[in-house]
Amino acid sequence: MSKLIALTVAQAKLFIREPAAFFFTLIFPLLLIVMFGLVFGNEPGASFPGPFGYVDYSTPAITALIIVSVGLMGIPIQTATARENKILRRFRAAPMRPTTYVGATVVVYYLMSLVGMALTIVVAKALFGLRFGGSWVNVTVAFTLVAGAFFSVGYLIASVASTARIAQVVGQLLFFPMMFLSGAAMPLQIMPEGVRSVAELLPMTHAVKLLQNLWFGQAWGSSTTHILVMLATLAAGLVLSARLFRWE
Amino acid sequence: MSASPAIRVTGLEKRYGATTAVDGISFQIAPGEVFCLLGPNGAGKTTTIECLEGYRKPDAGEIRVLGMDPQLDETTLRRRIGVQLQEASLPARLRVWEILQLFSVLYERPAVPWELLERLGLEAKRDTYFDKLSGGQKQRLFVALALINEPEVVFLDEITTGLDPRARHSIWELIRGIQNSGTTVVLTTHFMDEAEALADRVAIMKSGRLVANDAPATLIAGVPRGEEVQLHIEGEVDLSAIEAVEGVIGIEPESGGLTARGGGRGWIARLVAAIDGQDAMLVDLSTRRPSLEDVYLQLTGEEEYEPEGTSPEEYEPEDTSPEDGP
Repeated sequence: MSKLIALTVAQAKLFIREPAAFFFTLIFPLLLIVMFGLVFGNEPGASFPGPFGYVDYSTPAITALIIVSVGLMGIPIQTATARENKILRRFRAAPMRPTTYVGATVVVYYLMSLVGMALTIVVAKALFGLRFGGSWVNVTVAFTLVAGAFFSVGYLIASVASTARIAQVVGQLLFFPMMFLSGAAMPLQIMPEGVRSVAELLPMTHAVKLLQNLWFGQAWGSSTTHILVMLATLAAGLVLSARLFRWE
Repeated sequence: MSASPAIRVTGLEKRYGATTAVDGISFQIAPGEVFCLLGPNGAGKTTTIECLEGYRKPDAGEIRVLGMDPQLDETTLRRRIGVQLQEASLPARLRVWEILQLFSVLYERPAVPWELLERLGLEAKRDTYFDKLSGGQKQRLFVALALINEPEVVFLDEITTGLDPRARHSIWELIRGIQNSGTTVVLTTHFMDEAEALADRVAIMKSGRLVANDAPATLIAGVPRGEEVQLHIEGEVDLSAIEAVEGVIGIEPESGGLTARGGGRGWIARLVAAIDGQDAMLVDLSTRRPSLEDVYLQLTGEEEYEPEGTSPEEYEPEDTSPEDGP
């Protein structure tokens, strides 16, 4: 346990000292929410029907964006870089289980994603009067499920990419189209029909909708498809990365 | 010497595809010994040491490190050995003291061994990020990590490759310090002077096999070429008269003088006298004794090094078979 804590502290320092991960997790979401709030405002009924406004829709969507950027870019790039630079080799020489190293990384990225969500909420509340209709327990559980699904895909990318450069390209190829098509960057409601049917096929769309549904206080039962997609992604990512992961 | 060996290797074999990297080698290392694996690049040194560290699984043979099989007792073994890898790195944005703190927890040390930093001359670099360290400082930090758990056996793989002479000598001092504390040291190098300066025993590898395994002095004494004298001469000398000097084995004319090889009491004095007796002036003289380098070049097959007209008797080290050429 003390080894896990020591590694977690070291990984947290590395996260904070790494500008790209820091920016995408903690700064970029704030820029998005401020931009959306200034452009679209947060009047209920102005953008969407019902009692919620644009910022209320965007905050859970941006939360999904944070998790997915960590999973598809942060984790694979960090892991593949550490492998390529032979850092994992040096850690392997120490008397610890490899899962301790992975565990510490996951804990750091999970906590940093939570911080990213919290900062977004604070800013959205302060500037645009963010509304919340759900339960924090449910949102946190959904957050954890989405994180598990996309972090495991991140390890899958790190496993199949032979270099850090390839991990970065694969991560970006998956991330950026999903960012625009999943409703995280702009609401699907304003997209044409064709784009929306493509969006239905993307796992990130289901992450966004799951978090939005729970945010607005809908029951778990209304999100069955989204939950199943997340569970399937988690299972596929875990099984494949456990089989394919390499330390060198 | 009757104590059980720190390391025992019997018939170790390792192949990568069709390539045989290590071809059935056997050796033992006594506790407290500094054992050096010497050989050209690709001879199998790193593969051998990585099998001992548990990083690679041998295809055949038996390895015991502190009585344990590195493949079966990996975690237990790693608590008792120290490892400096030929290719390894650490996170760029961690400071020296953060790295030391992290690894003392990973190695289950009760406290951070700050005195290691002092011993390795890194105390001024405590707050420096890993990627801001010089090559020599990084190597010293890796030595610190290899020693952090006070290991019984420490493996150092090409520890001075790429370092400047000053950094190399400070690493040598470190290794002597480790040796004095009674730790068994296994090192690989392709620097002859390093092996000669540090090792109690040198094993020379070539194409995956051991072609020699003995104390450096014993290996050098086995070189049949004798001493070498380089003479700078002005004027003409009669070479046949010099070849006839008692003790001279061979001569090689060069521009501005010659190189003579020979042995036996007083042979250099007789050589000088023979030149003085001619219409020539001896300007300068330097002698060179055989070194580990001569042993190495002879055993690893640098035939062109042997001057023409000499056929040194085959060198056959004890306990090892001579290399069969491929």
